Amino acid sequence: MSGPSTGGASRDGYGNALLRLADDKRVVVLEADLGKSTKSCLFRAKHPERTISVGIAEQNMMLVAAGMASSGKVPFASTFAIFTERAFEQVRNGIARPGLVVHICGSHGGIHTGTDGSSAQSIEDLGIYRTIPNLTVMHPCDDLSAEELTMQLLNHGNPSYTRTARNKVPRTYDQDSVKSLKIGKGSVIREGHDVAIIACGIMVNEASMAASNLAIEGINATVVDMHTIKPLDGNLINILSNNIGCFVTAEDHSVIGGLGGAVSEYLARNCPSPLEMVGVNDRFGESGETGDLMLHIGINSESIENAVRKVLKRK
Amino acid sequence: MGVNIKELEDTARNCRKNIVQMIHKAGAGHPGGSLSAIDLIVGLYGTEFRFDVKNPNWSDRDRFIMSKGHASPAVYSMLFELGLLDQNDIDTFRQLGSTCQGHVDMKWTDGVDFSAGSLGMGLSFGIGCALAARMDKSSRKIWVMIGDGETQEGQIWEAAMAADHHKIGNLNIIVDRNRIQNDDFMDVQMEIGDIGEKFSSFGWAVKEINGHDMHEVVSALNWASNNNTEPCAIIAHTVKGKGISFMENNPSFHGKAPDDNELAIAMEELS
Repeated sequence: MSGPSTGGASRDGYGNALLRLADDKRVVVLEADLGKSTKSCLFRAKHPERTISVGIAEQNMMLVAAGMASSGKVPFASTFAIFTERAFEQVRNGIARPGLVVHICGSHGGIHTGTDGSSAQSIEDLGIYRTIPNLTVMHPCDDLSAEELTMQLLNHGNPSYTRTARNKVPRTYDQDSVKSLKIGKGSVIREGHDVAIIACGIMVNEASMAASNLAIEGINATVVDMHTIKPLDGNLINILSNNIGCFVTAEDHSVIGGLGGAVSEYLARNCPSPLEMVGVNDRFGESGETGDLMLHIGINSESIENAVRKVLKRK
Repeated sequence: MGVNIKELEDTARNCRKNIVQMIHKAGAGHPGGSLSAIDLIVGLYGTEFRFDVKNPNWSDRDRFIMSKGHASPAVYSMLFELGLLDQNDIDTFRQLGSTCQGHVDMKWTDGVDFSAGSLGMGLSFGIGCALAARMDKSSRKIWVMIGDGETQEGQIWEAAMAADHHKIGNLNIIVDRNRIQNDDFMDVQMEIGDIGEKFSSFGWAVKEINGHDMHEVVSALNWASNNNTEPCAIIAHTVKGKGISFMENNPSFHGKAPDDNELAIAMEELS
């Protein structure tokens, strides 16, 4: 199944934020044929004069956005996460290198997108974008947090890449708690002294479920929604390393280069601690219903619980 | 129109000297495509290009998007003539910390509107600038220069399609049709054929000129400047290395600096 019908998908939050951002006349939206999926269609319906369709031409879209940013606009350019990757060099050379503040949104990231199969399942976007200097990289976990963090991009001084997800998940935040979020600051959503689970995107919900299950067997986990992968909240990781001393990362992304990669780099250089990674283990996805696929690939709450038990033995 | 063609030609000659000298001093750079492009650049800055030399970051200036960014010496030599760069700037071309980076870079040089170096991206960037100008109800115009080899990049045609679809009349492109790319002549590497016809089939207004005849250059720029209903393409037929006998039409001077002896001959020929 595609997940619970309550709650919201982070792509919905992105679309809602664009609508709210429209009050600022500098805001323009670019889309490459997939506005109905990324939810930029909401902005287009209300503000067609500030919505630019480039057709199925992602490379062109990135540089058109850059040109608009150089002329005082605040462009939000979106397509599927996987297709932003086609324009990786355009993002690198045309947007980030000159420091033009373009906000890119890649929707339908990760394998949980499901039945479309591996060609549509971006599992490397967070990793590749994280290598680009001065590019902020985010992956919110639900609709409300995606909306809040997208709103904050309006006054963000750097270009950014935000991955959103297709599926609805139970909300981690409500209208009040979401206001505490801040780009670049990890959000502690559950506290426990045995292990720190650091997750992003749809895996935050899986991490919460895992933590509840683990509590039954007496293991108390801290759960962090690390919605910003870059710049990584090193202060929080330092504190967790000192107070807890072992980690599990959880992401719907390759274990190479993404959230797990970022956390392990930080730990190795600053405060070595045992770490287990839950993610896509250096393979491509395939077609399947979301739940079946997450089980098959090994990125659900059960995988997180197993990783916690494993890392506790290394503590 | 009070355009002094002789003055523009003199400026272009000065630029050619500085192009060759700065590449020689750096020991690296791209003389061929700089020399083929320089008459077009001088013609543009000398006539239609709206800017304020005292305020190079004026937000309502025209934009010049030098997409073939390896021909940076051509741009730097023009900015030097305008007083936006000084002797030290061009003397330190390609050196650590220099205002004059190897490829034109808007972060490093006032008067440069685009960070180039990777071919195929400038026309898209120009579309973004042009759309922004239209939204702002500004009359500023966007001038993009690409090389003919650059048309091998698919993104150029993504952009050509978008410029027609969005009816971007404040956008003009100048194609430096010098027929040589990095490794060899284009007809060996990947011949594009009739570029003008291709732009025309994408919905652009097209004019073909001799890119070294300053009368034709000025006339074509004026034509493009006055056509604001559709994007305009000037296909400028040029000679790679133009102005220096041993560089002309010679693929080996696409990206090679002249040695001391070659510099002396070049300066003699340009005097």
